[in-house]
Amino acid sequence: MTQPFPFSAIVGQDEMKSAMILTAIDSGIGGVLVFGDRGTGKSTAVRALAALLPPIRQVEGCPVNSARPADCPDWADVTSMRRVSRPTPVVDLPLGVSEDRVTGALDIERALTRGEKAFEPGLLARANRGYLYIDEVNLLEDHIVDLLLDVAQSGENVVEREGLSIRHPARFVLVGSGNPEEGELRPQLLDRFGLSVDVASPTDVEMRVEVIRRRIAYDNDRAAFLRHWRAEDAALRKRIVAARKALPGIETPEAALRDCAELCLALGSDGLRGELTLLRAARAHAAWQGDAAVERRHLRGVAAMALRHRLRRDPMDEAGSGARVDRVVDEMFGPLREAAE
Amino acid sequence: MTPGERALVAVRLMRLDPMGLGGLWLRARPGPARDAVLACLHIKRAARIHPGMDDDALFGGIDLAATLGAGALRHRAGIIGRSETLCLAMAERCPPGLAARLGQAIDAGQCGLVAIDEGAEEGEALPAALAERLGLFVSLDGVSRADIPTGSVIEDGAARERLPAIRLDDHKLARLTVAAAELGIASFRAPLLAARAARGLAALEGREAVGEADLALAANLVFAHRAGPQEEPDPAEDREETEEPSEHSPQRPEDSLPPEDVLVEAVRAALPADVLSRLAAGRAVTAASGGRGSGAARRGNRRGRPLPARPGRGSDARIDIVATLRAAAPWQTIRRRDAESHRLVHVRPGDIRRKRFEETSDRLVIFLVDASGSAAASRLAEAKGAVELMLAEAYSRRDHVALIGFRGENAELLLPPTRSLVQTKRRLAALPGGGGTPLAAALRAGAELGLRQRGQGYAPSLAILTDGRANITLDGRADRQAAGEEARQAAVLIAASGITGIVVDTGRRPSRELAELAQAMAVPYLPLPRATAEALSGVVSSALARP
Repeated sequence: MTQPFPFSAIVGQDEMKSAMILTAIDSGIGGVLVFGDRGTGKSTAVRALAALLPPIRQVEGCPVNSARPADCPDWADVTSMRRVSRPTPVVDLPLGVSEDRVTGALDIERALTRGEKAFEPGLLARANRGYLYIDEVNLLEDHIVDLLLDVAQSGENVVEREGLSIRHPARFVLVGSGNPEEGELRPQLLDRFGLSVDVASPTDVEMRVEVIRRRIAYDNDRAAFLRHWRAEDAALRKRIVAARKALPGIETPEAALRDCAELCLALGSDGLRGELTLLRAARAHAAWQGDAAVERRHLRGVAAMALRHRLRRDPMDEAGSGARVDRVVDEMFGPLREAAE
Repeated sequence: MTPGERALVAVRLMRLDPMGLGGLWLRARPGPARDAVLACLHIKRAARIHPGMDDDALFGGIDLAATLGAGALRHRAGIIGRSETLCLAMAERCPPGLAARLGQAIDAGQCGLVAIDEGAEEGEALPAALAERLGLFVSLDGVSRADIPTGSVIEDGAARERLPAIRLDDHKLARLTVAAAELGIASFRAPLLAARAARGLAALEGREAVGEADLALAANLVFAHRAGPQEEPDPAEDREETEEPSEHSPQRPEDSLPPEDVLVEAVRAALPADVLSRLAAGRAVTAASGGRGSGAARRGNRRGRPLPARPGRGSDARIDIVATLRAAAPWQTIRRRDAESHRLVHVRPGDIRRKRFEETSDRLVIFLVDASGSAAASRLAEAKGAVELMLAEAYSRRDHVALIGFRGENAELLLPPTRSLVQTKRRLAALPGGGGTPLAAALRAGAELGLRQRGQGYAPSLAILTDGRANITLDGRADRQAAGEEARQAAVLIAASGITGIVVDTGRRPSRELAELAQAMAVPYLPLPRATAEALSGVVSSALARP
């Protein structure tokens, strides 16, 4: 596999990068939705992030990337007890993919040659403990969306078909990207994404030139480019690992809980998932910043990305919901004094 | 440079560096000119693909014939990976799934793609996912066989060797990037591809570094079809920009960079004006329909939600071979034991499974909005408000909507079928008022769109908002009587086609003519004056929900 573009070499797109880092710190946040124009580095960022993350340890040959031999599903016949390390999986779910490919299906090879009913795992199995990336998620066919909703919710893929009755863990960070001009996302699916960011092509010319410059440098001499960015990527990785470690110890004062609830009430976001995600994201953000407890500035830093897609939306509202979130945050917490980061 | 020569340069670039450039978007109807261009590309027969191709053929899979024959699993290599350059015929009908997969293959550097786009009608365009990734664009509209230089098919082997060493200095790279931004191209793929093309051109010319001419030509080949305002601009602003591109540049703050107007000019000069404007329209279409040039709704219909395959053989049902084999597979050992003849795979009639799809039609509401002077004077704003409410309704039902505005002399398709409300809202808000009422033209346009979309699997209905004072005939004359008669004929046509709908009278007081017109159309008639917008929306949605 060729080495993806280094994460730290991505120019700008700070909100997208920080959203992705937060999901890397706490995969329970539940995925990122990236909406924006084509060719603004969405898929580059996903691949880069996965390459940046520390490798995972998994049982050799386990189709669902289990960490311990005991976790391997019984249908998989994993015999090896050895654990190997491998990069965090990033699985692409292309448009028009068949249901069989997603959930897995009867293994035709074994059925034909040995007359056995065996399960051939699909993309969901491969994405376990990693990332499932869906480009143009808003154009995904409805029946595939239904499948994903169910699995993303339960963290388990249940296959009941062709006489097979199989279940296996499928916990992954869902990353979707798309262009809102081309179609809306079903609200149910929208809700499953923890964070949502809007990316735009930078308007600053210098920045644009720098993007192109780096990309061409990467294309021309990959090894040298990677060498150049290795130190920065390593520093990022270290910081993510440290934040992961610190995460359980982050304190959540009562005041922060109140703030979350009040913010969500003021915005009228549907359900409680908004509060939960907001809090989780704020905790991850605090861990990332190296702080010991969740403070208002952490909430402020993640409010827009955690809530903008959950507002009861007026389909005709032109102004981005992100602006609405920011406005309410400013009203509640007072205007911003220092830069969030 | 003539269009023919330009096409040939693109072809040579494609042969030189298919993977680096992503591909070539060739807009051409069948004909000798296209054949000549394709012949230069030397595409192998095996590398031709069509929009109906399935994954197994493209990416490889189980070779069923061989598997059955041998009784052991036989894989078949896919087309992608076997050939550097693929050729996709009828690319405008490429379904989004295939476009996505091809896009992935291009991104991964597995192949370059020549997409032959025969799109003729409005709404037919290359899927945006592909258009974005294909570096070069060539249109052969109006190019004849004689325009294509013959005998110029040079083997570019030496250029291939030169290519990796070609230098492109930072300064020129910056200029390409700035020019792309200047042209309103948001994507970063464009300048990257242009840089690649510039290096390819230098290699073809035998230069060691990219020269000025390479730069201009590369910008021309890569940017021309992407250029244009990204956002929906005011029509006035748009015109200004296309007519006087140089006017725009002094506003830029980056004076340190050299003028890339040369490049911008090169791009503007690349194509005849009408091609540019048509491409811009095509881009709007692509953006609106999510790049499903072949009709968004087909996704919902032709393939449908797959249902489990069922045993039995229908007369016209497609046999689901995989499901059939799956059904037979567990029995193989037993059957082999009991079999009289020695066969490798024992498939019995009872194993045969048919494919089934659940077919539901996506609904399409076509809004015909009267923006004539008389309507504008009375209640255009209210009509727009009503349309917005209906749009919100359509959103919650996940209907598709299309928008046709009519004023002055004709009706105009403002928005092809889409689910994007943002776009619809924007187009609607931008719809100016004034001019005559070409009602007949509007009805015809609505009916034609409806019928065309029905052919693609939508269930169309018309929502007509007008004050009914038809006064412009189909040929643009101001003749109230003839216009009224033509409108009636169009209404009869709609009734005959069985398209459902509703007529909303936005006039100050209900008009008898319009009520009769609605009757001729066999659709309900609703005078707006007494209705509040909410009430209107309710009535309309129930009228449209009529089967």
